[in-house]
Amino acid sequence: MTIENPHVEKETQLWVGPQHPGVTGNMAIQVWLTGDTIQRGITHVGYLHRGFEKLMERRKFIQSFPIVCRICVPEPDTNEYLLAASIEELGGITIPEKAVWLRTLVLEMSRLASLVQQIGGGAGATGLGAVPNWTYTLRDYILDSFEELTGGRVYHMYMVYGGVRRDLPVGFAERMEATLRKIEERLPYIDKVTFQSSVWRERTQGVGLTDPAWVKEMGISGPAIRAMGFARDVRRDFPYLAYPELDFSVITSTGGDIYARMEIRRHEVVESIKIIRQVLQKMPKDGPVAAPIPNVFTWRIPTGQTYVRAEASRGEMGYYTVTDGSDKVRRVHVRGASYVHGFAMAERMFEGLNIADLHPTLVSIPTCPPEMER
Amino acid sequence: MSLKNALAPFGIWARALARPYTIPVEDIMRAPADRYRGWHTNDAEACIGCGSCSDICQNAAIDMVVNRDATKGDTGLRPMVDYGRCCWCALCVDVCPSGSLGLSSEYTWVDKDPEVFRYVPGVDKKPWDDDTKGWHGGEWDLINHDRVPMSMLPGETRGQTWAEVVLGYSEEEAQREAARCLECGICTAACPAHMHIPEYIGAIRDGNYEQAVNLIYETNPMPEMCGKVCTRRCEDVCAHAKQGEPVAIRWLKRFATERFDDLREVIKADVAPIGVGKRVAVIGGGPSGITVAYYLAIRGFEVNLYEALPTLGGATFFGIPKYRFPMPSLEKQVDMLRGAGVKLHVNSPVDAALFEELRSTHDAVFIGAGLMRGKAMRVEGEDAPGVVNALTFLLEHHLRNNTDSDKVSKEPVVLPGMKVAVVGGGNTAIDAARVSLRLGASEVVISYRRRKEDMPADWEEIEDAEHENIQIDVQAIPLRIEQTPDGRLDLIWGPAEMVADKPGARPKPVLVEGVENHLVVDRIIGAIGQGPNLRWLSPEAQGTIADKWGWIKVNEDGMTGMPGVFAGGDLVNETADAISAIADGLRVVQGIPRWLGLQ
Repeated sequence: MTIENPHVEKETQLWVGPQHPGVTGNMAIQVWLTGDTIQRGITHVGYLHRGFEKLMERRKFIQSFPIVCRICVPEPDTNEYLLAASIEELGGITIPEKAVWLRTLVLEMSRLASLVQQIGGGAGATGLGAVPNWTYTLRDYILDSFEELTGGRVYHMYMVYGGVRRDLPVGFAERMEATLRKIEERLPYIDKVTFQSSVWRERTQGVGLTDPAWVKEMGISGPAIRAMGFARDVRRDFPYLAYPELDFSVITSTGGDIYARMEIRRHEVVESIKIIRQVLQKMPKDGPVAAPIPNVFTWRIPTGQTYVRAEASRGEMGYYTVTDGSDKVRRVHVRGASYVHGFAMAERMFEGLNIADLHPTLVSIPTCPPEMER
Repeated sequence: MSLKNALAPFGIWARALARPYTIPVEDIMRAPADRYRGWHTNDAEACIGCGSCSDICQNAAIDMVVNRDATKGDTGLRPMVDYGRCCWCALCVDVCPSGSLGLSSEYTWVDKDPEVFRYVPGVDKKPWDDDTKGWHGGEWDLINHDRVPMSMLPGETRGQTWAEVVLGYSEEEAQREAARCLECGICTAACPAHMHIPEYIGAIRDGNYEQAVNLIYETNPMPEMCGKVCTRRCEDVCAHAKQGEPVAIRWLKRFATERFDDLREVIKADVAPIGVGKRVAVIGGGPSGITVAYYLAIRGFEVNLYEALPTLGGATFFGIPKYRFPMPSLEKQVDMLRGAGVKLHVNSPVDAALFEELRSTHDAVFIGAGLMRGKAMRVEGEDAPGVVNALTFLLEHHLRNNTDSDKVSKEPVVLPGMKVAVVGGGNTAIDAARVSLRLGASEVVISYRRRKEDMPADWEEIEDAEHENIQIDVQAIPLRIEQTPDGRLDLIWGPAEMVADKPGARPKPVLVEGVENHLVVDRIIGAIGQGPNLRWLSPEAQGTIADKWGWIKVNEDGMTGMPGVFAGGDLVNETADAISAIADGLRVVQGIPRWLGLQ
């Protein structure tokens, strides 16, 4: 391919990916460089395409649960929740109070696991090996809790229409608390090598900048928008589940750079821990965890459509779901924050970026490729 | 940039002295969580092979494979799991109606041979087969095992009325109940007539009632009868029955047929007129005869049906009380026969001479004469006045009340205020007891030699009888009947103890010697079974088609030893229920054209 560019005489074309060094690697970035400066870049996806949305159109409602969690590996529960909530809304199912709290717990646990993983990923992308070692271990402790609660470590398949599949195991709150303390104990060390380190600051401050003007144009959400000073959070703006009854802060920063986005994540870990503690404390002790639902083999849902949203660690995630009176969905559109961030926003951010800053920038957004090519 | 920031990263050197943060390998090999979803387990004996697990698996990881011989209620299939496809979501466990399938909590399984990762849990033995941890049914199920309750007349008042006890489902209730069906089809195999049960239940669920009755009429010409009084083997084997209540298949069939006042407008018999020009005589207007007559008539045969009684229906007319199966329901089914062009000859008992005439004037003859002889109790004093057979009692009662027959006295056997004992434990015994109650009996006692759980009567019938304050004495063996000086009857009975019999058989009642109990009543009704009576045939004909007790033997087409003479119903089929008789009729509907070379 020849590239017309009047401003430079020589341009190098480079493919970054698709290999898999982390959440940015199972897609490919095609960049054009002069020297080590990126002139422009294009995001290419498709390497993970499994056709989730289309598969759901051919499955009975309940059979979509084992699929949707695969739309985001680090944070499957948001997908489970959104599918459940949209089908419940269209099918007229109300979930019991206990299920509301258990769902909130699981959503926040998955946010927390995802946030610590992203902090590790961000540090790793700048060459700090110790931090990912720590944070992936911390994530594994959270996965232990998931295993205990849901029966699965990575893909939980815990929520179903009507509620959740199991109640809390005995002693779960104490063991969860132990994990939360482990995370809190680690945070100061993470700070020392990253946020307090002059080297790391040098590397991340003023790099990977976003422009507030893009917000409306692209529909940016999550840490990316909060790093530009907009206090937008679905949990606060469009409250769902038990979030209205929980005390937490929406963290903002103004840098709009890698540092600001990572810093937000760092503080959101604290908020997330706070939320999990509250949920475990305020959750009703008794009551059913699921409401009865129609026969899953023959359940038909009348014609209807809805958009349900939730705050994932990457930003607003939403399911636009259409039913047509049959036993399958007519259409599900999965709105993942990564779609906006990974194409429109990232491609603008690439311009003028140093090639060495490409991965730290992508991880700081971050993108989750399966969410972009669902 | 401050010095503090420059030095900050070195702060983590403090960790060099701390315990390693990564997890030692022995921690990784820790025990899995209690509800971890690992490799499958299955209780192969409790599994019924319904295939719900295979249906729900969106990865097609589960195949149903032949493991054993199919029986009623067990397809003989067992799930085989392919772990190249399984994603351990455990939906298969959550929908397993028998509760047999589970996931063990086993984390790891390493093998060099990839083939071993396809196995039949519970059949191919694995170390984790008995793991009680993991993910198992019971704690929480995805399917609803509770039946939509049926509304009935209240038990206290219905003893005084002949009105139908069961009120039927509303449309909403029927659709809700129909929606419970898992569509496994285990019922179809258990139904003697192999009715298209999941299909018509699906049609009811979707509100396609015309489609439902058409599906029903493909294999059953008396669905309103079966919808009300069928012995419903289908429900016994329903997958839901393993852990809860079976789908109310019978009530749903009833609902579908009751939607239409005249089924002739609805049923579209779409069959080839293969029998044009052929004549078939049907002897007996019970379920088997009606089946043969209806399905041959719609295939173009000229059918003559001979019934000794004034009304068609056979045992469903004279045996089954009208509070269970009212006359209008029966007439609706007879109308279908008329609509199909069957020539009905009622009040026309067939004798030896007419039988021979029918043989010579028809291409085939079907005998569905039923069991018209009530068995004796074989106790001393049985011939005392006031002791009647249930069959005679019910027959006379129904002729008296539902026909203008002059062959029965106008005086009922049971009069108001009498105390009645019924000996027996089948549906006939329950019917005789409940009819007696409605005739005004002050007290009705059923006396049965085995335990209540051994009673052959339908469990709902037993419950209904108890709700009507009918007393059931169990483990009571009748010894003799004596007349008391004041003209009453004394049923003397001895208690029985249950002794284990052959494996698989019900325990035997054995008389406890030396104890005599007295039950003083006004009427005793013996309801201990019926037998064949072929005396209306010539001795030669009897010898050709029947054994010495009068039971008829037939081949796989339903044909007797006499060429061109077919038989079915209770005379052939010892199960002696209506749906088996219909199944016999269906066999003959295939058999007669085959014998005539029409197929």
